[in-house]
Amino acid sequence: MGTTDISKITEKSPWQDITPGNQIYAAGTSREFKTGEWRTQTPVWDKEKCKQCLLCVPVCPDSSIPVKNCERLEFDYDHCKGCGICAKVCPFDSINMKEGQ
Amino acid sequence: MAIRERFSGNEAVALAIKQINPDVMPAFPITPSTEIPQYVANYIANGKMDTEFIPVESEHSSMSATVGASAAGARALTATSSCGMALMWEELYVAASNRLPLALALVNRALSGPININCDHSDSMGARDTGWLQIYAESNQEAYDNMIQAFRISEHKDVMLPIMICQDGFITSHAVMNIELLEDNVVKDFVGEYEPEHYLLDSAQPIAIGPYAVSNYYMETKMGQRTAMKNAKQVILDVAKEFEAISGRHYGFFEEYQLEDAEYAVLIIGSAAGTCKDAIDQLRAQGKKVGLLKLRVFRPFPAEEIAAAVAHVKALAIMDRSDSFSGNGGPLGAEVSQALYNAHSDVKTVNYIYGLGGRDIRVEDFEDIYSRLERIAETGEVTDQFDYIGLRK
Amino acid sequence: MNQTVEIRWHGRGGQGAKTAALLLADVAFKTGMYVQGFPEYGPERMGAPITAYNRISNEEIRVHSNIYTPQYVAVVDETLLESVDVTAGLREDGAIIINTARPKEEILPHLKGYAGKVYTIDARKISMATLGKYFPNSPMLAAVVAVTKVMDKEAFLREMELSYQHKFAKKPEVIQGNMEALKMTFKEVQ
Repeated sequence: MGTTDISKITEKSPWQDITPGNQIYAAGTSREFKTGEWRTQTPVWDKEKCKQCLLCVPVCPDSSIPVKNCERLEFDYDHCKGCGICAKVCPFDSINMKEGQ
Repeated sequence: MAIRERFSGNEAVALAIKQINPDVMPAFPITPSTEIPQYVANYIANGKMDTEFIPVESEHSSMSATVGASAAGARALTATSSCGMALMWEELYVAASNRLPLALALVNRALSGPININCDHSDSMGARDTGWLQIYAESNQEAYDNMIQAFRISEHKDVMLPIMICQDGFITSHAVMNIELLEDNVVKDFVGEYEPEHYLLDSAQPIAIGPYAVSNYYMETKMGQRTAMKNAKQVILDVAKEFEAISGRHYGFFEEYQLEDAEYAVLIIGSAAGTCKDAIDQLRAQGKKVGLLKLRVFRPFPAEEIAAAVAHVKALAIMDRSDSFSGNGGPLGAEVSQALYNAHSDVKTVNYIYGLGGRDIRVEDFEDIYSRLERIAETGEVTDQFDYIGLRK
Repeated sequence: MNQTVEIRWHGRGGQGAKTAALLLADVAFKTGMYVQGFPEYGPERMGAPITAYNRISNEEIRVHSNIYTPQYVAVVDETLLESVDVTAGLREDGAIIINTARPKEEILPHLKGYAGKVYTIDARKISMATLGKYFPNSPMLAAVVAVTKVMDKEAFLREMELSYQHKFAKKPEVIQGNMEALKMTFKEVQ
């Protein structure tokens, strides 16, 4: 059990391969789950207009706006679901939603 | 060396808990189990054990905290009765499905209503499908012995399921009787340290417990749970054997009393089995071949073993201390009947309900039950299926 | 069948009838017997009639029912004679022990024609004389031991002294009074 490699468990695995109680022997596994596929609208970041006020960062429900050295970076499109909250909150009109992925 | 003592069932279970010295005990008081956390809290206050006692605001919280402590890697238990267990309902399933080997000292009491504080098995029988192991006691001695065996069974790697150690409210919990205790170090060595393979506070291996499972995973996970319950059968017998080596007291799935050559038998759970034994001795003295199967382990349910043990009797009374209100008898009746049917048994059975809300059952009641069985065997007719014993008519 | 002595206690919540039953179980246990001591299970309320039971035997006790045909009944509070059927099921080869200051003749009419032995004990008088306060338990316990003969009187006194020494470790001055209460009761109940 201790050596169970959970990355080998899939929806096709027989019951014997499922961990007891469905326990997951790893951390941060939601990173592997690419929720970005669900997006029907996509935020587009206009770096020129952005003042790096960072208001968009804390309101993102999916932590999909990475920050490095006090500045935001490009969206994490693997996990951004396209909810549009960042676009609503941006005071400088530097985030705009476009249709589709 | 065994220690000769006189203890109530609650005192005995509390002492077992002291000797086990678990890591965490959250509890909320409810009659008739209140004394258990009360005695344990005293032991802790007096420096006799170092369990972390968590006073909580409800049984929903006590079981939640027990689940949390167990998931974190602690050996944890709580105690309750009746409506207290009802309030734990959601967490009972959480504990079992997350495969957490925690324990519950249950002092059986009727559920409302009418509101009643006395013994019956409606609380634990209602929880029979929650995925918990369930072990019942006839006496204070058995409650103590079962408590000491509890964690060895539930923490076994082939099992990893929560365990309910049940005793009859007031009847054994509050009656002072003789008991033989084990020495502290003997219990300590027997129970051993809990070393979980996976636990939340293990910084070397982060894990997640209790994740959402979509339909594609749910049934496979449940099959694992069922398999663990089946595995528990062997583990229960193995632990009982080891326990016998330190205590001299033998345990199995059930106890057979004068059953080997019996023509008429009673199948029962809990303290009433002792009263039944006195009835058997009296009837045997009159030459009647009567016997008893006292079920100790209800979960996992030892169906094949029960069917084999009663295969030779002419008539069997399956005695339930709770009604399932199916209109078709009680839970023990249903499960034993199924076991007999699957074993192609032709034993005539009746399923009697007794002792609800603390209704006393006496030696004379069992004498009457055996004479009913005799009549059923003679005539082949069952006219009193699902009868209430001791009911005013 | 084994020889089990069955005793039923009648008292009022808070008076110590349950404690007396548990004490009797305790002391009988210490003299090597098998014991059972339990209250009639219910919500106990101060002043309400309560019942407690003892079984004492040389053999293991397995029966878990209440006691319906006791050999002995102990009544801790005589006012219960009006409201409780204290002789119900009481065996005529047994006895009833009643805590009262009244003469036996005044008590008998309350016993529904019970034909067995009737003992009275003035626990208040004994308690006041030996302890200066009213604690009926010690005299009642001694009276029950004297009448039922479930254990040797000397062994009983020895174990009770040890028990009092333990219980009253912080107020040893009451130990002697309690022992006196037991001995005085033995003299009165012959």
